[in-house]
Order: sequence, then C-alpha cells, then structure tokens
Amino acid sequence: MRTQSKGKVKKKMNWKHWFPFYLMFLPGFIYLLVNNYIPLYGLQLAFKKFSYRKGITGSEWIGFKNFKFLFATDDAFVMVRNTILYNVIWILIGIVLGVSVAILFNEIINKTAKKFYQTAILLPYLMSMVVVAYLVYAFFSPNTGLVNNWIVKGLMGKEDGIMWYMESKYWPFILTFVQQWKQIGFGMLLYLSSLVGIDTSYYEAARLDGASKWQQIRTITLPLLKPTIIVLMIMNIGQIFRSDFGLFYQVPMNQGALLGVTQTIDTDVYRAGLVNNNLGMSAAASFVQSVVGFIFIVAANTVVRKMDDDSTLF
Amino acid sequence: MVSKDQKRWRIVAHIVMILLSALALLPFLLLIIASFTDETAALLNGYSYFPEKWSVEAYGYILENSGTFFRAYGVTLIVTVVGTIVSVVLTALTGYVLSKRNLPGVKVMNFIVIFTMLFNGGLIPTYVSYTNTFHIKDTLFALIIPNLLMNAFMIVLVRNYFEHSIPKEIYESARIDGANELYIFIKLVLPLSVPILATVALMAGIAYWNDWQNSLYYISDKNLYSIQAVLNSINEGVAAIASLGNSSAGMAADLPTETIRMAIAVVGILPILLVYPFFQKYFAKGLMAGAVKG
Repeated sequence: MRTQSKGKVKKKMNWKHWFPFYLMFLPGFIYLLVNNYIPLYGLQLAFKKFSYRKGITGSEWIGFKNFKFLFATDDAFVMVRNTILYNVIWILIGIVLGVSVAILFNEIINKTAKKFYQTAILLPYLMSMVVVAYLVYAFFSPNTGLVNNWIVKGLMGKEDGIMWYMESKYWPFILTFVQQWKQIGFGMLLYLSSLVGIDTSYYEAARLDGASKWQQIRTITLPLLKPTIIVLMIMNIGQIFRSDFGLFYQVPMNQGALLGVTQTIDTDVYRAGLVNNNLGMSAAASFVQSVVGFIFIVAANTVVRKMDDDSTLF
Repeated sequence: MVSKDQKRWRIVAHIVMILLSALALLPFLLLIIASFTDETAALLNGYSYFPEKWSVEAYGYILENSGTFFRAYGVTLIVTVVGTIVSVVLTALTGYVLSKRNLPGVKVMNFIVIFTMLFNGGLIPTYVSYTNTFHIKDTLFALIIPNLLMNAFMIVLVRNYFEHSIPKEIYESARIDGANELYIFIKLVLPLSVPILATVALMAGIAYWNDWQNSLYYISDKNLYSIQAVLNSINEGVAAIASLGNSSAGMAADLPTETIRMAIAVVGILPILLVYPFFQKYFAKGLMAGAVKG
C-alpha cells in the first residue's frame, strides 16, 4: 500500500523523472509499429482486388468475393483439416512423450550424464527446417536415401525402393516423427521445470510407506504435474489454427504430390499469395487465420486465467 | 539408501535417454558422413554410416566455389551479428521500461507489446506492407527487420527479470545519489543482467542464423543469399549449384551434387554444433522462458 501511494505522488510530481523512460520505449515501439501494427492496415486486402500499382488503399473493394473463391475449392477444407488434425494429434503425443521423458530424466542423478542427454536431445530443436529437410532427405531420398537402400531394398529384400516424395500416405507419419523428434527436448524441458519444483518430502514419505516408484509417479508426480499439463495443453489449443510453415513446406520438399497431407493454412497462404500471385484468396485465408486464431488464443487464455493466473499470456 | 526398485528405474531411465540421444544425434552423423562419401559410392549404394569409399571432394567443390559460399556466409554473419546486437538493445530497453510499474501509461505500453502475441496480420498484409510501403525487397534490411528483431516473449522475460531479480536498493541508492535514469540503466542495471541478456542474444542469434523465410519472401538477388537461402534454393531444385558457381552446364553434369548438398548443410550447421554445447545452459533457460509464456 505504502509504495503505491508513494508512486502516485511521484507520478504527479515528476514528469521530468519519467521522460527518459518514454524515450527508451520509443525504438521498440517504432519497431512494433512497423512490424506488427502497420501491417494490420493490410487486413482489408481480404476484401479487395489488390493491385500493386494502386496500393492497399487504392485497390477496389469487392466484398466477400475472395472468401467465396476460397471456400468454393476443396483446398480450404483440406488445409483447415490438416492444420487442426496435425495440431490435435501432436499436442496429445507431445504431452505423453514430454511428461514421460521428463519423469525419466528426473530419475537420473549423474550430472555429467544429465548434461549430455539434455544437450543431445535438445539439439534438433535448434536446427532450421531447411537443415531438417536435408536430414530427412538423407534418409528418404529415393535413390541415395538410407531407408530405401538399407531397409526397403536390403532388409525387406524388395527390388525397387519406395518413391517417398511421391506417395502421400507415408507423410502423416514422417511429419509426426520429425515434429516430435525436433520438439521432444523442448517438451522435456517444459515439464522438467515443474518436476524440479515438487517437494521431495512427498517422495520420502511415500518411500517410508513402502510405495514403489511406479506408485509414486501415479499418486504424487502425475497429480502434481496435472495443472502444468492442462495449462500447456490449453495454450497449445490456442495455437491450433497456426502451423509450422517450415515443417510443412521444407520437409516434404515442396512436392505437389504430397499436398493432400502437407498443405496447411500457412503453406497455402504462401503458395497462393507469393507463388501463384493470387493475393486476394491468400489474403482471405490469412484473414480467417488471424481472426479465428485470435479468438482461440483469447479463449484459451481466459480458461487458463481461471485455473492459474501466473501462466496466462496477458 | 537406494532401493532395488529405484535402481531399476534409474537403469531404464539411462537406457531411454541413451536411445533418445542416439536418435537425436544419428541423423547429424549421417549428414556428416554423407558429406565425406565418394559421390559414385553414394549414387551406387546410397548414403550410409559405413560408406565404401570416403572422399573430401564435396568440400573441395565448396572451396573451389568459395567466392559464392564465403559471400553467403558473410551475409549470414552480418545479418546475425547486426540483428542480434540490435535485438538485444531493443529488447533490453523495452523490457526495462515495462518493468517500471509506476510509470504513467505503462499498462497501455504493456498492452501494445502483449497484443502482438495474440493477433498478427499474417503473411500477406506483412508482405505487402514491407514491400509496398517500406520497399525492403532485396536489401539487407529484409533479412534483419521482419519478425526477428524483437518479440513479445523475450520482452516479457526481460521485463520480469528486471522487476524481480534486480535488488530494489540499487535503484533507491542511485536515485539518492542523483544519478539519471539512463546512467542507472547502463551502469548499474545492465551489468547485473548479463545472464538474461546472454539468453536473449543466443535466442536471437540462433533465429538469425537459421532464418530462411525472410529470404524466401523478400530476396531474389542471389548476392544477398544467406547460407540458409543457398540451402533452400538447392532444395528448391533450381539447379542452384550450377547457377551459383560459374561452372558451365557441361561441368554441372559431373558435379558430385548428392554429397555436395550434404557438405553445404554441414558447413551451414557447423557454427551451431560448435557453439551450442558450451552455451547449452543459456539455451535451455531461454527456451523455458519462452515456453512458460506460450
């Protein structure tokens, strides 16, 4: 209370004191203006027939035509389905793997071993998707890939390898594997920070009662981890309308034959807008993503706030 | 006193961790070995952990075309260094101001920052704005400015650090001495904030080093290709190797492309592989911080 009233006095009395802070905020503010706020003006492109010559303001209004075109095609359904389905599955797998790996990691005492494991498992997370695409290619290239030469032709004894980059049925699995491979170290870290915070006296008491490790995990660790799991899950659901552009664009090497299972909202917006120059439809898709994404995030945040005030975004 | 049960769990844990570590590292090992494989052996038997014939030809090719690759490396280096420095300065300044909870208007300023996490215009409005209003296409700015320079997560991270981890007495005593705010920030606060700023710098550095999207969107001039953009353009299958170097089409035919690809990728990730293990702690910290908020 006291500090607050002191603050109020300061506020009124000392503009000179605060002025440098506004100056210090200015560069960051200008950046956000340029990078985040001015582009919002371009949202109207979703309702316009854009021409570079006329610019955003000068382009002609066409109402909902862009949206009509967008939803007239199957593409809209496919990309929304892919975006949401992959997200849902990956959120679930991510929780199971992240929690399990974190619990196991936490069992290890040896500091050097711990450091090595964490460093190794986290490494994929730091790689760009372009590099990941190269790694995947080294395994799945039809001619030179390790999988065709070693497993398909070698162990399975088939004469011809599989044209991995032509057959879409494999890609939901490949993408899932790659995504988890890249993400798992990060997922482990997330849950580890809550695990470390659990009071060890719980476990000591349980051990005195003769509880096995598995019982301890079931009755102590998991229940105490539950809030973190739920909060992280809801925050992830808030992002359900967004996808990792690099993962879906780079890793399948931008192959047309795979679009049925690799096209997401983000890749479609890029392809329609910047490759095929269909800026109107792309802007419409982008607009839907921004607005629906915003609703999801705010909703997720509201739910989380009710549960755990500290974990909210705002 | 370690029970048998506990011991068993520990062994399982080690086994799983060893498997996961192997899973994480083996693809990189294949990439590196593939880059040292003889091209004919690679074409005949595919990439392998045990190639029949080793070769440094792929790296020889990179050295022969060193002009191109040094240039791309230079672009990446400039962009990473400049981007990281500006990023740290901007993030520290903004985070510091937002940590002043008594500052008139600080709530609005916080909102301005946080809102960018919740809503963004998306690719098309951003692209049109940067190309049509700011005309950054085919300039170095295009690699530094869009999306990477500052993000709300890092600002929140830094803000919380300034607010909770710097002793209040420092501000009090400095003010009594009549020091001005900029002086307090630079001489007193920043030296105490090295760990958090190192985290911000590492996250920004890796984001810049890895970035290929800004190149994809805004760069068509090959002279401004970063190493990631070169990798990407090879991936795009535009026979980038042939067009990158000044080799003729005839020469391009017997280029060891399959292994060169891998060699270029190795060159591209080498700095991360070398630097990362030493700064692993900071990376983990930065990732966690970003994770809690998002």
